[in-house]
Amino acid sequence: MRIVFKTNYMQDIRPWKDGYQLSLYLILLAVVFAAPFFMDAFYLGEMTNVLIWAIAGLGLMILTGHTGQASLGHAAFLAMGCYANIILLDAGVPFMIAFPLAGILTGIIGMVIAIPALRLHGIYLAIATMAMSILVDDIIVLTEPWTGGVGGKYAPPVNIFGFMVDRWGTPREFYYLVLVVSVIVTLGYINLLRAPLGRSFIALRDSEVSAQAMGIDVARTKAISFAISCGITGLAGALMGLFAGAFNNETFSVVISIQLLMMIVIGGLGSIHGAFFGAIIVGFLPQFLSIAKEWVGAIAGGSSVAIPGLEFGIFGMILIIFILFEPMGIYGRWFKIRTWFELFPFYRKDMFKRQKSYLKTERLR
Amino acid sequence: MSLLEIENVTLKFGGLTAVDNLSFSVEQGEVFAIVGPNGAGKSTVFNLISRFYTPINGSIHFDGHDLLKEKASDVASHGVARTFQNIELFEQATVLENLLVGRHRHRQSNFLTELFFTPSVKKQEIQSRHYVEEIIDFLDLQAYREKRIAGLPYGVRKVVEVARALATDPKLLLLDEPASGLSVEETTDMRWWIDDIRRQMGITVLMVEHDMGLVSGVSDRVLAMADGARLALGTPAEVQSDPAVIEAYLGHAA
Ligand SMILES: Nc1ncnc2c1ncn2[C@@H]1O[C@H](COP(=O)(O)OP(=O)(O)OP(=O)(O)O)[C@@H](O)[C@H]1O
Ligand SMILES: [Mg+2]
Repeated sequence: MRIVFKTNYMQDIRPWKDGYQLSLYLILLAVVFAAPFFMDAFYLGEMTNVLIWAIAGLGLMILTGHTGQASLGHAAFLAMGCYANIILLDAGVPFMIAFPLAGILTGIIGMVIAIPALRLHGIYLAIATMAMSILVDDIIVLTEPWTGGVGGKYAPPVNIFGFMVDRWGTPREFYYLVLVVSVIVTLGYINLLRAPLGRSFIALRDSEVSAQAMGIDVARTKAISFAISCGITGLAGALMGLFAGAFNNETFSVVISIQLLMMIVIGGLGSIHGAFFGAIIVGFLPQFLSIAKEWVGAIAGGSSVAIPGLEFGIFGMILIIFILFEPMGIYGRWFKIRTWFELFPFYRKDMFKRQKSYLKTERLR
Repeated sequence: MSLLEIENVTLKFGGLTAVDNLSFSVEQGEVFAIVGPNGAGKSTVFNLISRFYTPINGSIHFDGHDLLKEKASDVASHGVARTFQNIELFEQATVLENLLVGRHRHRQSNFLTELFFTPSVKKQEIQSRHYVEEIIDFLDLQAYREKRIAGLPYGVRKVVEVARALATDPKLLLLDEPASGLSVEETTDMRWWIDDIRRQMGITVLMVEHDMGLVSGVSDRVLAMADGARLALGTPAEVQSDPAVIEAYLGHAA
């Protein structure tokens, strides 16, 4: 059993509970920074992919996991970030400016698009954002002079402090680029969550009326959440474009939107960890499946079988299993295991049981 | 001038007149109770003050401000805090986080300073926490400060909601049935807390309550309502012996 005694406010304000937890995170950070020295190019590429998905997941997590606004349209913001970055690069803007600018632009556009959507709730918001995601395909085709339309575009190598970085030529440098971005985004996210703005997001998610009664401007705060969310997603989109090397109107389809939402649900809504856990699943599922297929093929005889949509189907099944048995996602499971160890031997089975939720109606009483 | 002045306020839901040409005012420093049978329009009065609804006529002034000119989220910034009849807490957050949301109206920081968690944000956080811890002590919530609301018993939630309202550092506290669903002991605690809130903190209290023991124990004046209109207004004893009030209660019971 591990008990943390609190003797001053900083212990609640700082992001880690105690020195033990801090050292665990520092070790993790050291391991991921050292990864290029013990991983081959293939797995480093996979790690890079996972981190990019994690950044995108963090973007959606702010909006859906922390502010409670479902979006099935975030692939649109990945696309915006991706194209904005490349168009700026093509125009001769240096990467170190083009990249953050792509994020900021996507954030602003996201907020403007969000304003009419702010009146929508739950499933209606999900449908509206999904419609937007479907539209993006056509918009990219229609704006062919800038976007390259169906023919698509190629990502050039980018110049970072004089180093030319591209995904194939210099996978190690590209990995560090993505890693640094993901660390910065995560730190900013942590800061927001321990400050009034992050708490006002959570307040909106859990009860709009009482958030309002506490002085939180609902429309304004939702718009800010959209802006931050879309901005981060835009950064992830820019990295995705560089990682893919080539992309066109179909790269950021609505399927990506759905996958992104499923990813954070599986990872655990309402936690930063959830975005990372979810990204690991999304990133490694194809590898895992191909290994499993070979294995099945070897046992059952016959060569590898190709089943269209298998990956997506399995992903959906995992999602259903989580919703039924672990609605708090992988993070929820991890949290319970950790609590078990910390409280050993005092853990009770009903510790995380949800209380009967009191009848909720739209009517204010 | 009174702290809260409600004049000739009327609100209709479709054909139903929920509040009917109602006027009353609450003085600085008093505990003012609203009583009345179910559906009398008591909670609707609270929702009008909170600006969730806009009356079709009449006026609501608080501390010199015309509340009808304000948005719902600005009411808190003038110093009005409230609880809800059906408890509206932030379910997935801890008690501490719930109370910290109460400090929102005192926020000095902005998106950028919070993103970098500048020293000024840190200072503000320490001040918020200092304030909130005092309320946790006052309402005896130490045992629950890190617990999520979702796992807390009903009685504790009621207290947390009062604590969150106090965290806003209000001038006027609106309590919608603070004792409903509480045990006898919890109701007694609530009674002393309401007394302390008025006496020690100097906060004016406007509450809706069915428990007449609590009402006559803590309130200076009582407004009795039925069908959205005023039946009687006076000291608890006066209102309880008012023939119109007795009639309204018996009429509804029969
Ligand atoms: N949003 C709404 N839409 C339609 N009718 C409503 C709405 N809110 C309240 N009412 C109606 O207005 C009347 C007053 O409701 P209110 O909730 O203010 O009563 P109350 O005095 O608080 O009763 P209780 O003691 O049951 O809490 C009731 O008839 C109720 O059905
Ligand atoms: Mg009521």
